[in-house]
Amino acid sequence: MAIPTGAVVVALALFGLFCAFQGKNPFAVFAAINKAAFGSWYSFQNTLVRAAPLMLTALCTALPARLGLVIIGNEGALVVGGLSATAAGLACATAPVAVVISVMTLAGMVGGGLWITVCGALYYQRGVNETISSLLMNYIAIAVLNHLVNGPMRDPSSLNKPSSFPIPDDKMLPAMGDSNVHYGLVFGLVACVIAWALMEHATFGFKVRMIGGNIRAARMSGLPVARLGLITCFLAGAAAGIAGMIEVAAVHGRANESLAAGYGYAGILVAFVARYRGLPIILVATLLGGILASGGILQRQFKLPDATILVFQGLVFLVILFSDSLYGKFKFFKEREA
Amino acid sequence: MMTIPPVVRPAKPFDLELVKVTKRFGSFVANDQISLKVPAGTFHALLGENGAGKSTLVKCIMGFHQAEEGDILVHGHSREINSPYDAYQFGIGMVYQHFTLVPAMTVAENLVLSRPDTPGIINWKDEMARLREFMQTAPFKMDLDTPASELAAGQKQKVEILKQLYLDSKFLILDEPTSVLTPSEADEVLGLIRDKVKAGDLSVLLITHKFREVFGFCDEITVLRRGQFAGHGLVKDLTADDMAAMMMGGQRETKIVPKAVRERGPAGLEIKGLCANKDNGVPALTNLNLTVHEGEVVGIAGVSGNGQRELVEVLAGQRPATGGELVVHGASYHGTRAETAEHGFFLLPEEPLRNACVPQMSVAENIAFRSFDRPPMTRAGCLVSRAAIRSFAQDLITRFSVKTRSPETPIGDLSGGNVQRAVLARELGPGTARVLIAANPCFGLDFAAVESIHGQITEARNRGVAVLLVSEDLDELLALADRLLVISHGEFVYETTPAQADIKTIGHHMAGH
Repeated sequence: MAIPTGAVVVALALFGLFCAFQGKNPFAVFAAINKAAFGSWYSFQNTLVRAAPLMLTALCTALPARLGLVIIGNEGALVVGGLSATAAGLACATAPVAVVISVMTLAGMVGGGLWITVCGALYYQRGVNETISSLLMNYIAIAVLNHLVNGPMRDPSSLNKPSSFPIPDDKMLPAMGDSNVHYGLVFGLVACVIAWALMEHATFGFKVRMIGGNIRAARMSGLPVARLGLITCFLAGAAAGIAGMIEVAAVHGRANESLAAGYGYAGILVAFVARYRGLPIILVATLLGGILASGGILQRQFKLPDATILVFQGLVFLVILFSDSLYGKFKFFKEREA
Repeated sequence: MMTIPPVVRPAKPFDLELVKVTKRFGSFVANDQISLKVPAGTFHALLGENGAGKSTLVKCIMGFHQAEEGDILVHGHSREINSPYDAYQFGIGMVYQHFTLVPAMTVAENLVLSRPDTPGIINWKDEMARLREFMQTAPFKMDLDTPASELAAGQKQKVEILKQLYLDSKFLILDEPTSVLTPSEADEVLGLIRDKVKAGDLSVLLITHKFREVFGFCDEITVLRRGQFAGHGLVKDLTADDMAAMMMGGQRETKIVPKAVRERGPAGLEIKGLCANKDNGVPALTNLNLTVHEGEVVGIAGVSGNGQRELVEVLAGQRPATGGELVVHGASYHGTRAETAEHGFFLLPEEPLRNACVPQMSVAENIAFRSFDRPPMTRAGCLVSRAAIRSFAQDLITRFSVKTRSPETPIGDLSGGNVQRAVLARELGPGTARVLIAANPCFGLDFAAVESIHGQITEARNRGVAVLLVSEDLDELLALADRLLVISHGEFVYETTPAQADIKTIGHHMAGH
């Protein structure tokens, strides 16, 4: 865990420098972020609402990573999951709320799951690089979303922001108790715990780690490499698909371009920082959720542009990637290895 | 006080001495107060079993590791060697067990690349002129424009040695340089190096397992055992038994497991009309037919690169067959997990770390690869029990004397021989094997390990296992096999038995005539 923690610290320092160059006191900025993210129960609720989809989209990168695949199609799987959930929810909107939510969840999982399975199939059948294909499929997914909400699925009453017909309010995913946090957080937490148990303790995870560690040894042991790979891709996409379902069922109430709000891309970052492990993903998603939640404060209090938070995300990303590639090249790392 | 002269790259060989060098990894002592002296212009052998600490010791000389205690004396002066570049400055160079050539580059490019002082812009005209001049005096001739990927193993090893001569190393460390060479190639390469030593151009420290090489080429030996100094002497004063005693601690027992006389059993493994391609799509195997009966060892001999690797990979499920069929115990076989378990179809592939292990997973997990998904290691149908894996592995680690710090150590941290033993433990330990494929199972191992693996294979055969042994070592094949087939250009071209075998005839068929 030393590397990701170190990388986040270095990224924070760089971000401080960036703020200083903007003429802002970095410590004041950090304090404001902290306050906006974790300062009060109210702001922490805000953080958790953002953390929920991040936990799910992070799994979309984290699960295949254990298998040796670098999948970054999180945004696309989220969008397709959200679209499928919307279509399914609208189709059965008259059923009781529990049925609607279950059907939407299932549809989101199948939609997102199949979306990433396509990348897996392209890789195992045709040798197409899964990173490139999953990245490009993000754009296809977003284009499909725009097409559907502007065309076949469009609610004529949505004028300035073309959207689908809405899920009835009483069929949406409710908030927990009297908080602002919706049940999507439970989906996220449960998914991460299942992913952790699956990868670290289940026979399935053992097989996946064998394939990820040495595909030749896995083949020699008689493992059905492609089948396990496709199942893992499906589970990964399904997780991101649930994130899309939650965004529809708990937040927007309908499918529109707000679905592609960047949770998918931020999920890649969460997975990287958490080293693809289920339980750390919960922690990192909460941290990043807090940082995302503080975007508004930076704008209001410091007159920093909204995108400042993206600068921070980008910095963490770069530092993580650099520290990965530099690992082992310095004495500092070498000694510890021995 | 004596002043230490500045470092100048030496023009002549020099004395190199290690004084009580100690190197630890955590609590593990890899080298415990080891002293060793290589006088200028001598050929010195460093002997020891796998895991005795030979590689660690030379890595200290090369500056990959820094010794915690002790001195390295170069030409009588204590020196700090902190990196391979420092070693280069002292005129020390090393040829590794595994090749370090860039496959896509030519011999000339590889040589120029190896220089630590390669200029930012290379004047190829000058470099080539200098290389051609160097080649005039080089002990072996090599075409400078051939890409390294097109060289055979023996030629690659020659380029590795040329590289050190080109760098003008005066102290050459050779880490089992002949393990990839045929005996005649080995003799040629070592003989030419020996000539350079005799001419007073070079000192050599040779890590080896082969007594033949020690007696053929070396002046002196130093022996390590379990990280400690175990003996030293002049080759002319010692016998092979003396050296073996030093390596083994004086308790070498030769246990050759006798081959039980038995009736040929029913067919265990049948290969029917098998075809497969090389990586580049060119056919490697064409219509291969073979039956291995239960309780029989069928040996496959051949010069490497005649389809043996592809054959073993198809059997291991690592390469698709383009035609033909595998039949095991009368049933069509596709290498699924259920089938491997049902038929006890196990393998000892070459390069076990690359072919049969996941380096970052623990020794215990690697040993459990065949059985982790069945009770008792899998509970409740889907959960892996770490405790069950550990106790299963612990037993096999002890029985097969795998030297590891703990069952949780990543298997990639183990020495080659111990990885091999761990794979052997996994494949043969539970005693459920009924078909065994072994490919160069003793490659690069010392004689004690070789003996133990040969014993295990013969025992398996005596139990009724159908064994297919693919090997580049004819002695091994003649000792173990009941039948011997020669493969050439992806086809079996000759069959004999060890009793009737005539080495000349076999060699003739191996050479593809």
